[in-house]
Formats: sequence, C-alpha cells, structure tokens
Amino acid sequence: MTPLTALEREALMLSLSASGWAVLVSLPLAVGLGWLLGTRRFPGHAALNAVVHLPLVLPPVVLGYLLLLLLGRNGPIGAPLGALFGIRIAFTPQAVVIACAVVGFPLMVRAIRQSAEAIDPRFARAARSLGASEARIFLTVTLPLMAPGILTGITLAFARAVGEFGATITLAGNIPGRTQTLPLALFSVTQSPGGEAAALRLCLLSLALAGAALMASELIARRVAPMQGVTA
Amino acid sequence: MIEIHIDHRQGDFSLRVDLELEAHGIIGLIGPSGSGKSTLFSCLAGHVTPARGCIRVAGRQIFDSTARINLRPARRGIGVVFQDGLLFPHMSVARNLAYGARNRGTDFWHEVVEALDLAHLLEARPGRLSGGERQRAAIARALMAEPDLLLLDEPVSALDPGLKARTLELIARVQGRTGIPMIFISHAPEEVRQLCREVVTMEGGRIAGPVRAGTTRGCRLVPVGGGALPLRAGGRA
Repeated sequence: MTPLTALEREALMLSLSASGWAVLVSLPLAVGLGWLLGTRRFPGHAALNAVVHLPLVLPPVVLGYLLLLLLGRNGPIGAPLGALFGIRIAFTPQAVVIACAVVGFPLMVRAIRQSAEAIDPRFARAARSLGASEARIFLTVTLPLMAPGILTGITLAFARAVGEFGATITLAGNIPGRTQTLPLALFSVTQSPGGEAAALRLCLLSLALAGAALMASELIARRVAPMQGVTA
Repeated sequence: MIEIHIDHRQGDFSLRVDLELEAHGIIGLIGPSGSGKSTLFSCLAGHVTPARGCIRVAGRQIFDSTARINLRPARRGIGVVFQDGLLFPHMSVARNLAYGARNRGTDFWHEVVEALDLAHLLEARPGRLSGGERQRAAIARALMAEPDLLLLDEPVSALDPGLKARTLELIARVQGRTGIPMIFISHAPEEVRQLCREVVTMEGGRIAGPVRAGTTRGCRLVPVGGGALPLRAGGRA
C-alpha cells in the first residue's frame, strides 16, 4: 500500500482528533451522569435516562439537524455566541467534535452507569465508617471501581465517533481539509466516477483504525483488571 | 457505656430495643434470622435512621430523635466489619488498612497487624487472600480508625470450621490488645460462646434477654432452631 494521500491523511487526522476531543469533552459529564443514574434514585430519574439515551434512537441526520437549529447562525445558542463572542460553530471543525460527542455520549453514559450499578453499596458504607467524606469515597473507591465501565464507555464512544456520518454532514458539512472525516471522505469518493480504488483504501484505513482502537482498549482493560483485584 | 433506646418500624417488622451495656470486651448479639440483629446493626452504624429514640456510645450522643441529633456514619466513631469483609479490591491490604488509619506506622498500627497476623500479607491484593485472611484484614482496617465501638456482622459465618476457630482466636487477641469494645453479631451460639463474655439475645425485634456469661452460672442461651444450650462459665476461649 502506498503512503497516504493528502486527502486521506487530512481525513484520518480530523477523524482522530475530533473523536478524541469528543470523548475528552464529554467524559466528565458522562462519568457524573453514569454515576448518578447508576447509584441514585430520584424524581425524574427515568426522564433523565431517556433524554441521555435519545441520541441512540434518533436518526443521526435528525440529530444533526436539531443541532444545526440550536447552534446555527440564527439558533438560540448559535446566535448569542456569534453576537457576543464572534464564535461560529456550524460548518467548522468544532461542529465535527460536537456531533461526534453527542452521538457517542449515550454509549459512554450507558457503560459507566452499568459499572456504577454493579458496585456493592456497602463499599461506600465501609468507607464512611472509616471516616471518609463523600468526595473522598467517590474519588478513591467509586471511581476506581467504575474504571472498567469508563474504559468501555470511552472505547464505544470513540468508535462511534470515528464512524459518525449523518449528524456530522448535517451540522459540519463535508469540507475537505476542514470538516471532512474518514466516513465523509469515503462518501465523497464513492460519488466520483472511478473512485473505487480510493474508496477501498479509505475502507482499509477505517478498518485499521477500528482494529487499533479495539486492541488499545483490550490492552488497557488487561492492565486495569489486576488493579481492580480481579484475578486471572 | 453503650446505651440504645430505639423504636423503629420497617414494613411489617418492628424493632424496639432498650439496652444499656458496659462498653468493654466483646459483646455477643445473637438471634435467628429476622430477629432484628441486622437492623440494630444498621441503626448503630447510621445506615438506618430509627423512627424514635436515642443512641449513646462512649459518652457521645450519636442519635437522638427528640434533640434532632443524627450523626453521619463517618462521624459516629463506630467501625463496621461486614460478613464478606468488603476490602477495597483495587487497593493492597496495606492501603486498605491505611484508608481510615489515624496514624500509619505507629505502635497501634504494628500491634493490630501483629495481633491479626497480617504482616506477610500487607502488599497482597484482596483477590489473592483466603476468606479468613480477608476477614482479618477487614477487622484490622476497621480497628485502624480507632473507633469507640466496632460492629462485627457475622464475620466468620462464611469460613470453614478450621479458619473460623483461628479467626475467632485472633479477634479475641486483637480485642485484648487494643481494648476497643466490639459487638459480635452472629446466629451461631458456638461462635458467641467461644468469644463473648456478655451475650444479648434478640427475638422478633426485641431483646429476649441480656446474659452475662461467666458471672451467672446456669444462664441459658436460646440457640437457633429451638432447644437450649448451656453457656460455659468463663465464656471466652
């Protein structure tokens, strides 16, 4: 296989950086919500859970369109951002990050929530009886025990972000070198006559990326397992 | 002194306890399943708030419904050891012990580690320990916080007979050396007989009778499943 073309390199780098930023930006909120939904019962629990999972069931194009309505030049969030700070989101690389973050968010919350649910609440009771504050319990007991779920969530959200198409093309467009991620580049070349070879190369690149992400996740999970006290 | 005067209702179950005990040595709390031992344990530890009453341990009011005092579990000075130990699985035994320790590396630390025979296990992860070792480490972890009272909730019930006897022996040893009073909850009369000088029996959410073993010859302990078991004078093994 010959070295990557400029289009492939740009698409690959944008996919990696947008997916990475999307995971990074949404992680703190996903951890907080996953913990909240997994360990607490409160009025509105089911409604919050439904809202969090909404991007999972909505068609990505619908999601992208809703985001465009919100963040577009005349949207309720986009308009003040533009007027007050001169910030424009739609059709920028930041829009790619937002689209990727929104579609991957429920997968991350879901995995973290499940790991939080699996933690025996008596660990926290034991820690309290040792004089620990709630913040210390969260940071030193709950968070480490949620680590496998957090890693799974990161992997799933990253993989989903790398493969994201519908929301991205609607909110960020398909601008080569600016908002064109791997799936969008693949879509573009399939629309051009004689683009089969380029499409195949992008397919192989996507496969390699997905494989690398899964292997990295597996390696990290193996390192985390002994830290969790799980014996092989 | 440990003073417990509480009234609590949980569904169909009602717990009413009026009890005053000298806070020294190991006090047994025994009764069949559903007798209220675990609810009483939870009320003392602060996991359950009684509907009414007051609890005072070592001169400190930790709960008083009239005065609206209800100290958080972290501030009660009451240690707990669960049936399955519940060591934090992602920490070594040493880090578990240090979690609530007032002072690591002091004479007290070494005393507890030595009394519970844990020195060779400090760097091990809980997943690599046997059931008995896990329970000893859990007891040590609770003791390191130097509580006013330690609650042991059936800590040896899941162990095989050999390990059980050894663990009971070590519990007695560490209590003797640290002087921290303990309440040992169990449904097994033989465990209580081996370990405790005073025994409180519970039935149907009520105290069926405090028994001072060793001082009152001929006291009888109501065992699980009916019948009566004579208590041995000088109950501690």
